[in-house]
Amino acid sequence: MTSTETAVAQRGPTRSRATTILGGVVLIGVAVWLFLAFVASGPDIRTTAEGNTIGQFDAVRLLYIHVPLVITAYSAFVVTAIGSFMVLVKKSVWWDLVAGASAEIGSLGAALTLLTGSIWGRPIWNTWWEWGDVRILTTLVLFMLSLGYLAVRRLEGTAEVRAKRSAVVGLLLVVNVAIVNKSVEWWADQTLHQNSTIAEGAIADLKAFTLFFSIVLGLAAYSWMMIHRFRLAWLERQYDRFGIDDAIAARRSEADHAQPVTQGESA
Amino acid sequence: MTHVPYLVAGYGLSIAAIALYAVSVMRRAKHLAAKVPAERARWMTGNDADVIGES
Amino acid sequence: MLSEVLLIAGKDLRIEFRSRVALNQVAPFALLILILFGFALDADRASLTTFTPGLYWVAILLSSVLAVHRSVAVEAGEGAREGLLLSGLRPASVFLGKTVALIAQILVVAIVLLGGVVIFYEATIDDGVLLVTSLVGAVLGVGAAGTLYGALLGGQRARETILPILLLPVLAPVLIAATRAFGDAMGTVAADGWPWTSLLYAFAALYLALGVLAHGVLMEES
Repeated sequence: MTSTETAVAQRGPTRSRATTILGGVVLIGVAVWLFLAFVASGPDIRTTAEGNTIGQFDAVRLLYIHVPLVITAYSAFVVTAIGSFMVLVKKSVWWDLVAGASAEIGSLGAALTLLTGSIWGRPIWNTWWEWGDVRILTTLVLFMLSLGYLAVRRLEGTAEVRAKRSAVVGLLLVVNVAIVNKSVEWWADQTLHQNSTIAEGAIADLKAFTLFFSIVLGLAAYSWMMIHRFRLAWLERQYDRFGIDDAIAARRSEADHAQPVTQGESA
Repeated sequence: MTHVPYLVAGYGLSIAAIALYAVSVMRRAKHLAAKVPAERARWMTGNDADVIGES
Repeated sequence: MLSEVLLIAGKDLRIEFRSRVALNQVAPFALLILILFGFALDADRASLTTFTPGLYWVAILLSSVLAVHRSVAVEAGEGAREGLLLSGLRPASVFLGKTVALIAQILVVAIVLLGGVVIFYEATIDDGVLLVTSLVGAVLGVGAAGTLYGALLGGQRARETILPILLLPVLAPVLIAATRAFGDAMGTVAADGWPWTSLLYAFAALYLALGVLAHGVLMEES
């Protein structure tokens, strides 16, 4: 065994020093994030001029998972679009795999965005689902489109055809999300989502920092996941291309080792 | 603390889904790595990494 | 260019004229959806009339998926694709030709279905000009997007199951805009249908442009 092989066997096929360090940082980040979200930061309780108590109370803590998920999901699809574009321009396998890996993670992120949003909306907006909201509907359509994209990636065909086809669908996905966003905006003409509360200074103190930290953590976790998913995609591609040849070669060498006497026959 | 069931559901389901996904990626990789020789297993080591359609 | 477009469109329409798939299968399917909605909504005249625009366009979108399948299937025959490639026709012409033929077929279905909603749902048409203009715009968009996504999937065996999940979310803006425009034209909602009609034409123009651009990439080697 060469040193690389040993290293691969010890650490797992998609791991490397970089991902181990990044993974460790993310894990520590998760601990800090949970501490910030549940212990350090307080509930959202405000007092109006009339002396009434309003706010989201502890449901505000759901934003520390909802917001990073949505930002990560949309960033992931931006990466997919860039990857798709690069495939068409440079015919690069690397970008094709990046686009696919990113879309898979983005798809999970979009699904969890809808889930956490729904869970947050129930106590705060008093509904699991709000039809009139632009961002909810856009994210839903984005999720649907991403399922279509992932289905297209699994279609049969030569590597070249598959890469091109996926690239076209990947680019169209972004175009479609933009159109859907515009038309739903026009249709529903409203959003229940508040504007960036941090920018307005409405959420000050530790809440703002917790939100900021959670977004950074989300993007770091995305990067870690991306590296692993990309390497898996690379393995899948290598297996598709060389799997049979390698299996034959392995069988040959096994036979050679097992029965050295008949070596001449198998050669 | 208010809204505990919502917090548990929101954080629990999301973290569980992400963890499951991560584990499934690792397991699929491990499974495949057994079939792909080490010299082909990493894209940096391949010299055919860049252009589609030269198989 | 125009002659090439007409050549391809004529070919598809001749096939349709001989096989009558759109007229004898897709249009009846669309009518069947209308009737099923009638059963599902318990034949409540008032709701049926109120929801006519939405139900109408859902029926159109679902039956358009079938029409797109048919449009792709005529190219999936033995050697048809190679023939098309070897013909030397420009990919853009092939795309536009197939789009024209698909639009013509969906228009026929849409007109049949319009008769259906007038009879079954007692829909009234207040503004015929708006109705026709928005109908044409919406069908243009459906035809362009349908041809593009149909070409993407080509002769894939999994096409039947993937096309709906790929195409229907893309057509969501068409559904929203066409429903609003029809709502105005049929007097069921108090909204101005013309901005929605312009959105339909913008969608159609965008997808025609995307199809012209992407078809070359897709036809080249797939």
